[in-house]
Amino acid sequence: MSFLNTFFNNKLFDRGDQPGSRTLPFVMLLLAVTFLASFCNLALPADSVFYVSTYTITLLGKYLCYAMLALAVDIIWGYCGILSLGHGAFFALGGYAMGMYLMRQIGDRGVYGNPELPDFMVFLNWTELPWFWQGMDQFWLAMVMVALVPGLLAFVFGWLAFRSRVTGVYLSIITQALTYALLLSFFRNEMGFGGNNGLTDFKDILGFSLQEDSTRIGLFITTALMLSLVLIASHAILKSRFGKVIVAIRDGEDRARFIGYRTERYKVWLFVYSAVIAGIAGALYVPQVGIINPGEFSPVNSIEIVIWVAVGGRGTLIGAVIGALLVNYAKTRFTAIMPDGWLFALGALFVLVTLYLPKGIMGLFDQFRERRNKNKAVDLQETAS
Amino acid sequence: MRNLLIILACLLSMLLSTAHASSDKSTQELLIELTTVKLSKSIPVLQALAENDAEKMLPLFNTMLKGQLYYVKSDKQLLSIAKVDGVKQYTKVFTGEAIEPLSKKATKKIRVNNKVRRFLRETIARTQLSASAPESREKALISLLSKLDKSIISTIQSLREHESDETVLELMDVAIAMYTLSNSKEANERLSAVHTLDGRLENEVRNLFVSVVKNETDSKVKAAIDKALAMLDDRIENYQFVNKLFFGLSLGSVLLLAAIGLAITFGVMGVINMAHGEMIMLGAYTTYVVQMMMPNAIDYSLWVAIPLAFLVSGSVGVLIERGVIRHLHGRPLETLLATFGISLILQQLVRSVFSPLNRQVESPTWMSGSLDINPVLSLTLNRLYILAFALLVFGLLLLILNKTSLGLNVRAVAQNRNMAKAMGIRTDRVDAMTFGLGSGIAGMAGVALSQLTNVGPNLGQAYIIDSFMVVVFGGVGNLWGTLVAAFTLGVANKFIEPITGAVLASILVLVFIILFIQKRPKGLFPQKGRAAE
Repeated sequence: MSFLNTFFNNKLFDRGDQPGSRTLPFVMLLLAVTFLASFCNLALPADSVFYVSTYTITLLGKYLCYAMLALAVDIIWGYCGILSLGHGAFFALGGYAMGMYLMRQIGDRGVYGNPELPDFMVFLNWTELPWFWQGMDQFWLAMVMVALVPGLLAFVFGWLAFRSRVTGVYLSIITQALTYALLLSFFRNEMGFGGNNGLTDFKDILGFSLQEDSTRIGLFITTALMLSLVLIASHAILKSRFGKVIVAIRDGEDRARFIGYRTERYKVWLFVYSAVIAGIAGALYVPQVGIINPGEFSPVNSIEIVIWVAVGGRGTLIGAVIGALLVNYAKTRFTAIMPDGWLFALGALFVLVTLYLPKGIMGLFDQFRERRNKNKAVDLQETAS
Repeated sequence: MRNLLIILACLLSMLLSTAHASSDKSTQELLIELTTVKLSKSIPVLQALAENDAEKMLPLFNTMLKGQLYYVKSDKQLLSIAKVDGVKQYTKVFTGEAIEPLSKKATKKIRVNNKVRRFLRETIARTQLSASAPESREKALISLLSKLDKSIISTIQSLREHESDETVLELMDVAIAMYTLSNSKEANERLSAVHTLDGRLENEVRNLFVSVVKNETDSKVKAAIDKALAMLDDRIENYQFVNKLFFGLSLGSVLLLAAIGLAITFGVMGVINMAHGEMIMLGAYTTYVVQMMMPNAIDYSLWVAIPLAFLVSGSVGVLIERGVIRHLHGRPLETLLATFGISLILQQLVRSVFSPLNRQVESPTWMSGSLDINPVLSLTLNRLYILAFALLVFGLLLLILNKTSLGLNVRAVAQNRNMAKAMGIRTDRVDAMTFGLGSGIAGMAGVALSQLTNVGPNLGQAYIIDSFMVVVFGGVGNLWGTLVAAFTLGVANKFIEPITGAVLASILVLVFIILFIQKRPKGLFPQKGRAAE
């Protein structure tokens, strides 16, 4: 009990000046909005002013998945200086694991009515499930895979890369190549993941129909809870001794190494953690949008994640979440009003944020606060004299 | 109304021609006659047509041979009706122009029988084989190799007496030998035919060997064929190897052009320009615009396009450096993001200006066609020129870097920026120049690429990741590394491709590079000594 007390007092409620200290209030806000939106959808009649449509709920759920993905990138980029241009790969792998489970749930309700094989396999004249599809109809196994596959890939890749001290731009380029290679492979029908079309036409999850409003609310709330959990966990991890070493590595890897830390081990574990979060985000994303295809692996997607983080402010955790929500909301609005303009806007965002807003929106807040504090200090001085 | 005029014209020409001596009928009249004459009497008409102007009549004969010759009942005009994918295509016989479909009743087929077919085949062969240019004679002979028969062989034999061109003579011997081998009863004749055919790479020869060897009774001839066949296969394999090598080098040259600009900017400034692919695209669009502006001089347009593309992409590069990258000095990851933003903007700009559709850039005549070394090995000229162009650009760049004062400054900044600055080199100007140079070369790569593929807004994206790989593989600060890396990756790709398929080949190459970087994080030719850090 006393442990919990210290935990809450020291880790969560400290209003230090470091960015990332506003995690708990933010989580509260996030959960409050989530439950309010869910309530407005379920309890209010459709013609009420405060009614929130299921479309909006699904959209919000999607944004929250993106936010979690942005968080994953922020953890390694903001805190450890590893710019991954391939995080979309982990997201998509988690999504595919979930997609496989959902695919198996269709059962004989597919177009070809085969109880064992998904439609695309019947279409390809396959007679039995490939080995990696075995057991994916079990929810628990699918969930293990959601974390395990991205984590394992991140471990192998990170271990190889960090051990040979590949850093900076080189590392970014290789991560991009990684997701590009996966993009190409998942396009192949022989891979057994539905090729070009990916996995879609899902019916239900854990027995709940995906078309039902209540299921969608459930998924939305699950995503919000998961995001809150990951926020709090990441905050705790990065506040710990481990997190301090991570920041030290970001600011001077050679020094950290000379002091005696095995920096590559720290980096690998952080990378794995980040990849697992991305995988979970992907798994939550797929049932809400109803499709997963190789397009998720495309390098452009992965770079877009980075700009969400940059807009919000890296190294702040909630900045990444805010950035992802804002940019994606802007994208939805923009593509509805003028579809051609969005890429101009996104491109300009990349340039302007890197040039004029290196610390993102959170940096702006901090600047305001500093200025206010300074003013306060001046006031105090004046009254004192 | 138009039909009426045509009929009037026909009538007029008929009137006029009947005024001439009847023995020498006009072509026009003969064509009309062809539609009315009985099947058994059609050969003399065709004969007369061939005597008048055989070369002009070739399309007619070919259509007739295929049984696609029809005529319009009302005005006796000839037309060709061919079924393509189940849809009837109506075209004029001589010009190949498409015409309005007619009802089935309005047209009638001109019938052919075996006798007419034989006559047609022979006439076509004879006409083609007596063409004035040796190249067309050669082509005709090669196309005849697969359908040799007695009449064609006798035609060839009679024409052989007057043949002066050596390659055509050789081909004629091959044709005769092929015929002898499959039809002669004498083992000796067959044996000498095999010897004549030995070493020929034509596909038809190989097919003939394969089909003949099964039924061969004479052991000597059989052994000779077996030996010739084995040698033939050996040689074909060798030439296919050369062919693959050529395609690999061709891909390598494209990669070299695309990556070399990236390599120098990365080497000097330590930044990756994600908009590099768009510089390539701008160069390709420059080529397209230049061609639009001078549609009558496509052959020369490339000479305008190459320097112009260099200037366009180069100045855009300088603008990017001055406007954005300069302000992000010392933050390579942010530079990467900003340049990616620029690449998005440029892509969308091109999409808005030129439409998202791909544009076709025409190849000048001197670049189209291929260099046929033998029937198995032919090198397409455009790839050959691009290979030469890539090497030329590489050589020029080496010269610039090693012999000019700009090159000296660039190398100095690449080795040690602060020291160079202390020695009075204006590093910011060097940065801008390097970036402009790298982008300009990308623009020239775009000109080269426009000759190989269609030009579209995503052109640059297709090559950018591969060029990153080349830079990573080759290492920075050494242009030779880039050269070796580009050609290695190109050749490797083309050699793995037939075994695994194109997609898996590029995946394997990517995986290889990811693993390679573990062993040599600084590329093939890392910088050594103080310059390294």
